Amino acid sequence: MGVLLKRKIKNTILYAISIVIALITGFPFVFLVINSFKGMGEYLTNIWRLPSEPFFGNYQLVLKPDFLRYFLNSVIVSGTSVFIIVVVSSMISFTFARLKYRGRNLLYFAIIAGMMIPVHTTLIPTFTLLSSIGLTDTLTGLVGPYVSYNIPIAVFILTQFFREIPKELEEAAIIDGCGIVGTFKNIILPLSGPAISTIVVYTFLNIWNEFINANVLINSTGKKTLPLGIREFYGMQSVNIPAVLTAILIGSLPVILLYFFAQEKVVNGLTQGAVKG
Amino acid sequence: MAERMLQRPHSGSSSVKRSDYMSKQNKHTGIITLFVLPALLFYGTFNVVGIVRTFIYSFMDWKGISANRTFAGFGNYIELFGDSLFWNAMMNNVILVIVSVAIQLPGALLLALLINQELKGTRFFRTVFFMPMLLSTVATGIMWILFYDPYFGLIASLMQKLGLKSIAFLEGRSSMPSILFVICWQFIPFYMIILKAGLTNIPTDIYEAARIDGANGKQCFWKITLPLLVPTLRSAAVLQLVGSLKYFDLFYVMMGGAPNKATELMATYMYKKGFTEFRMGYASAIAASMFILCFAIACMFLYITRDKEAA
Repeated sequence: MGVLLKRKIKNTILYAISIVIALITGFPFVFLVINSFKGMGEYLTNIWRLPSEPFFGNYQLVLKPDFLRYFLNSVIVSGTSVFIIVVVSSMISFTFARLKYRGRNLLYFAIIAGMMIPVHTTLIPTFTLLSSIGLTDTLTGLVGPYVSYNIPIAVFILTQFFREIPKELEEAAIIDGCGIVGTFKNIILPLSGPAISTIVVYTFLNIWNEFINANVLINSTGKKTLPLGIREFYGMQSVNIPAVLTAILIGSLPVILLYFFAQEKVVNGLTQGAVKG
Repeated sequence: MAERMLQRPHSGSSSVKRSDYMSKQNKHTGIITLFVLPALLFYGTFNVVGIVRTFIYSFMDWKGISANRTFAGFGNYIELFGDSLFWNAMMNNVILVIVSVAIQLPGALLLALLINQELKGTRFFRTVFFMPMLLSTVATGIMWILFYDPYFGLIASLMQKLGLKSIAFLEGRSSMPSILFVICWQFIPFYMIILKAGLTNIPTDIYEAARIDGANGKQCFWKITLPLLVPTLRSAAVLQLVGSLKYFDLFYVMMGGAPNKATELMATYMYKKGFTEFRMGYASAIAASMFILCFAIACMFLYITRDKEAA
């Protein structure tokens, strides 16, 4: 048998396996899109094929003020939390990487150890603490635990990264009369784009998708984030399968779009963050 | 990962003479405090105090949210040890671990090898293989509830086409395998990327040398790829181990907030005790046990990898 023929057979098998797997991983998304344009009636009779006539009722049903509110809440909570995480983590990581003070290493380890804490461990204290100061059922209340849980991984990535930055640049800046704060702001931060973008992607997706804390801390519809909102929508429309599929699609659209525009960043952010955590 | 965590923040490149501004520590106490405090405030309030309070609560008899707390000694822990539902939940966690390692790792390896081939369209396949990671767990869970619908679901329709009878996937004993399938669907792509990174790190000249010596594809895989991938596989297995112990979302969502005996996990059981039955003290004892378990496993892992480095 010729080498070429052998190669051809091998490639055909590889393609066949790849296509089957691609169907398993990718088809649900196609299914979401196709069926979001069907009414429940058509969904029951024609589940596999394209809609005979596109139906926009699901979108009208989903895109109501409540759902847009969930969306906005998620944007506010994730955006605020990620911003705070980046600011406070880069500040403390700068001291770990560049300044000398007593207890520094101990503090670093104490924070890094936080990566091993399961979030459920602190669920009840977080709930009692926030309810004692009246911050349950508020978006502000979510930001505290979200920032706190993501600090260890952010500090770990940033400290590693800062250490790799050559010190000569800062020495020159110091000679030029740039203080510590100035060095941090004008030299370290501008050079840390890659590390910061990894942290932004990882923590943003983490918080965007967070469920258990939000589920415990938030009650009222107006304060719900998207995961809770999707669940609430499902609770109300559970018999209307295409409508729920549409809600899932719309709720996931920002991440899907982000993936198609910045695939490498999303893949790296998701995997690096978790591996180091 | 863990090995790197053990390094001090200043080891590595710090053998170079330290520049002046870094050693004048006394002058900078104010700035250091300013830089350290904000992060510490968040971390201290929610993580450090949180854990301490969990342990304190775990020694209390505390029912309801505002009711009185009374000291109960080890009462909660004694009850926990005799609680067959807790042990059942823990066993389900163990099943989760075993399935994760036994199915997800080989599956992820297969996918990683596929996208490591230099075929036309590899990029496309990689893009599509990764897509399950893009949905939140809640979205994934609800989507699969609908797919599993015994009358109107995607799977039911597929089985009908194949001449099979559909079953109630999310009830009774079939619920666990049904959810495990979704977990594999969701997480194999993630481990695929991790293993792909491991494959990329294997230098290609090793393969070239082996080819020249007459090794075939199978030999290359068993003698080169797999042994060199062991560190990556080990990291992935640890991630799965720790991840499986604290698993919650998908089981909670897919079982409609009330997992049955076959699908109860430690975390869902803790949640049920704390936020459905409002037995905060008892739930805290479960949470504290989970913490000790996770911490012990993590330390064990650190210890094992450190030994390897010394040898």
